[in-house]
Amino acid sequence: MNNSFGKVYRFFLVILLLALGVSLERTGLIEYLSDPYELGYTVNLLKQHLVLVGVSMTMATVLGLGIGIVFTRPDFKRYAGIGMYIVGLGQTVPSLAVIALAMSIVGIGFKAAIFALFIYSVLPIARNTMAGIRAVPPWMIDAARGIGMQDMRILFQVEIPNAMNVILTGFRVSLIINIGTAALAFLIGAGGLGEHIFIGIDLMRSDKLLAGAIPIILLALTADYLCELLGFLIIPRGIRIRQET
Amino acid sequence: MDLFAFIHKNARECVDLTLEHVWIVGLSVFLAAIIAVPLGILISRNERMATKVLNTANILMTIPSIALFGLMLPVLALAGHGLGKVPAVIALVLYSQLPIIRNTYVGIKNVPPELVEAGRGMGMNRWKRLKEVEIPMAIPVIIAGLRTAAVMNIGIAAIAAYIGAGGLGVFIQQGIARVYEEMIITGAILVAFLAIFVDAGMALIERALTPEGVKISRRAGQ
Repeated sequence: MNNSFGKVYRFFLVILLLALGVSLERTGLIEYLSDPYELGYTVNLLKQHLVLVGVSMTMATVLGLGIGIVFTRPDFKRYAGIGMYIVGLGQTVPSLAVIALAMSIVGIGFKAAIFALFIYSVLPIARNTMAGIRAVPPWMIDAARGIGMQDMRILFQVEIPNAMNVILTGFRVSLIINIGTAALAFLIGAGGLGEHIFIGIDLMRSDKLLAGAIPIILLALTADYLCELLGFLIIPRGIRIRQET
Repeated sequence: MDLFAFIHKNARECVDLTLEHVWIVGLSVFLAAIIAVPLGILISRNERMATKVLNTANILMTIPSIALFGLMLPVLALAGHGLGKVPAVIALVLYSQLPIIRNTYVGIKNVPPELVEAGRGMGMNRWKRLKEVEIPMAIPVIIAGLRTAAVMNIGIAAIAAYIGAGGLGVFIQQGIARVYEEMIITGAILVAFLAIFVDAGMALIERALTPEGVKISRRAGQ
């Protein structure tokens, strides 16, 4: 059963790759990207996309971590439940709605898109930071206090490293959603790879459409992979081993 | 405010688009459940298959929705369904796979082995153990998966307005195109409310479908 499933799986992958190659040729994508002007244009859109994602994610990470840390401090702990609830509610609001609302608040253009992406990306990070820090066992904090650590040191050397796994998951979810939502930024005039997709749909031109869709998909998959690597870099080894066992 | 005037004037269209939205999402979650729940049960019996299926579903989930619509368009255009509700429902079904499969798998895996053992001791065969012990125990987790999928799909279905699937996204799409603020806000608010409402509704269903016995044992455990 296991073995035959593996074979079917591999067979399926090969078929998929073949179909992909054939369809790329048939839709004229290869030809489209061979044109030096179009290629440059696509690269430019990719750059815009990366700037949108980069700027909004940087801001969102800072604010999200901040919110998460503040709501787990003893003074604000009692608001944590409400905070989580509001964040959860915010996450059910669809991305297109956030983009559209940002347009009616800020107007069209780059700033509106950054604003929308930023607001939308804060939520998963804040939520996971809160959840991660709250899940640190109290005896660990007690032990830290017992060896004479100050509150700040407890936060940076005990709570955050132990919560890092959960925080990183939030960051990853946020980044993937951000990359997908940035594709909608074209609709409010901020460019990005979404431009190829929406114009491709309007013109019914598969080559243009795929020139937008495929880089976005690759971007998302790469980001997903890089986040996994990031986990190996920034989670201390001792904690990683403990969590795996 | 103009917003209320807009809603009042277009009440009929608001209701129609909301119903269309609910129909697209409902159909896709239903179809997804038919595929994903049995698949989740199947992979809970086979660890190696589980990793592969979950990884594939994970990759599907990573693909941004508008890119997936774009990717499917040339393929489905061959069958004459490049635009419209068909690609939208297919994409939504694909996106729902991960939450439903994962929750079914986790739910079944987390059934305490002693309960399954007890079922065997009472002379239940595999099918009966599944039907009367494992699935009832896992039902709250499975419904939670459906809930995640439904809420997510409401958001993605809004984007599907751009490939002509209809639904509340039409308000947002038309509103952006015409820079008609009331229309955008109406669409955005209705979609957001629909998502929040469905989330709360599914939470109630989750509670209602939890078997009495499981609730009691959970309370006793606390």
